[in-house]
Amino acid sequence: MSTHMVYRRSKNLLMYGLCILSTIIAVVPLVLIFYHTISLGASAINWEFFTELPKPVGEEGGGLANAIVGTLILVGLGSLIGLPVGILGGIYLSEYENNAFSTSVRFMTDVLNGVPSIVMGVVAYTLVVIPMRHFSAYAGGLALGILMIPTITRTTEEMLKTVPRSYREAALALGIPQWKTTLRIVLRTAMGGIVTGIMLAIARAAGETAPLLFTALNNRFWHTSLDQPIASLTVFIYNYGVSPFDDWIAQAWGGALVLITLILVLSVAVRFATRTPGGRS
Amino acid sequence: MNRSYQSVGDAVFHRVTQFFAFLILVLVGLTAYEMYSASVLSIEEFGLGFVTSEVWDPVLEEYGALPFIYGTIVTSFLALLLALPLALGIAVFLSELAPPWLERPASFFVELLAAIPSIVYGLWGFFVMVPWLRENVQPFLIEELGFIPLFDGAPYGVGMLAASVILSIMILPIIASISRDVLKAVPLTQREAALGLGSTRWEATRIAISYSRSGILGATILALGRALGETMAVTMVIGNRPEISWSLMDPGHTMASVLANEFTEATTEMYLSALIEIALILFIITLIVNAFARLLVWSVTKGEVQR
Repeated sequence: MSTHMVYRRSKNLLMYGLCILSTIIAVVPLVLIFYHTISLGASAINWEFFTELPKPVGEEGGGLANAIVGTLILVGLGSLIGLPVGILGGIYLSEYENNAFSTSVRFMTDVLNGVPSIVMGVVAYTLVVIPMRHFSAYAGGLALGILMIPTITRTTEEMLKTVPRSYREAALALGIPQWKTTLRIVLRTAMGGIVTGIMLAIARAAGETAPLLFTALNNRFWHTSLDQPIASLTVFIYNYGVSPFDDWIAQAWGGALVLITLILVLSVAVRFATRTPGGRS
Repeated sequence: MNRSYQSVGDAVFHRVTQFFAFLILVLVGLTAYEMYSASVLSIEEFGLGFVTSEVWDPVLEEYGALPFIYGTIVTSFLALLLALPLALGIAVFLSELAPPWLERPASFFVELLAAIPSIVYGLWGFFVMVPWLRENVQPFLIEELGFIPLFDGAPYGVGMLAASVILSIMILPIIASISRDVLKAVPLTQREAALGLGSTRWEATRIAISYSRSGILGATILALGRALGETMAVTMVIGNRPEISWSLMDPGHTMASVLANEFTEATTEMYLSALIEIALILFIITLIVNAFARLLVWSVTKGEVQR
């Protein structure tokens, strides 16, 4: 074998070795994050964590029950905005004409996807908090809802496009109006994929902190109404995490563990549901 | 085109869905408009000097965004620099080297990195990564490379370096998974032609990479867009100091992190307006970067983008 060939062969091995090394290096932080979250957070997880309100500093116990409920409420409010706009917008993009309008809607959906979540928080602040003159769950819900729209829209459009044309044509040939065809047949067929898109959007919204910092603010007690500040898991994790108190920091890790578990479960479910025979979707 | 609806229901449904699609356009426009009008106060007061002034003084009410723009750009680009080679290595591994039984769980792990919330990255970054940097990495860098201004400083742990590292971990999966998809889409004939001419597997891979250049570039710019707007992880590890410093060891600030920190502390109209102007600048920058990235990725995958 000529020396040049040896050089090329060894370069081959070297580069592939580096590729394997990079993958290992990338997996390391992931493993570490899970390891630390579990080990540091497990000690804070108990029945109290899910049922009690936060206690003042120094007092034993207490939990983040209001934060967990708060996150659910905020995501629910966000879905009230995100789902209709996302699904109906996705239906329009998929089922109706392709023109400059729909191209620009698609483009703007992608643009909206890339807007930093904190900027969405600022917009919700100017739109809701300033006129209302106080922080509220509505403002937080609006910010989260806008963040959910791009994911749901794109997924809905793509899932609807995978439904074979013959379904629509058969229905129309039987005399079913187009709107009924779309809703009852096309949408229903694509529902599985659309639901996974919704779950992804929910997972993203549940993990957001920045847009809630100055819209929903935070609340150490149960919320009394939706036009008041409301607790959320993410903001609590942030506030407790930067505090100088050890028991608060431990609870922050506990909250992080709950959050990661929730998102992991949703991601695995999505992955499981979009699995096609023979490999990835 | 003359539209003849078969039934009233068709007309209603068409217009309703069109309306909701239109809402998306409205939302983007509303975002831009609201932020502009809320920052008009600051724009008129400081004008163009806002982006060139280093002074951020809420007490004297003098505001300048340069420290934040600097921090954002430096941390994002350094994160890209750290993430890109690793991500490409992963993409090559996943698209070529890994046997199918390994590729799917490995892909899943890499995508799981993207699903972790920013605040958890911040928590882990602050409590685990920062002490590690402070004890193991920074003293080494300062001692060996301290003659370069980039590495000359004290080992605080928090700072621009920490922010860049955590950002690179966060954007890694974006570049890796899109690059993997793009590499997988390279026609087999390209690789086979190279191998047929006697190239090694790596050389054939190099050809595949250069074939997928624009897709990988698009993925990189997309990742840049994400890094520019990242808030929570950065604000917990960057030290939050609104000053420009050459050294990576020093604390800094980014546009997103100053918003997270000071928005609720803004006591005056001018303070708030200056902060919202920063949000506007951030919005415009990410808009341009993301639009550019999407155009690139669209041109490669012809419109069907999963992320």
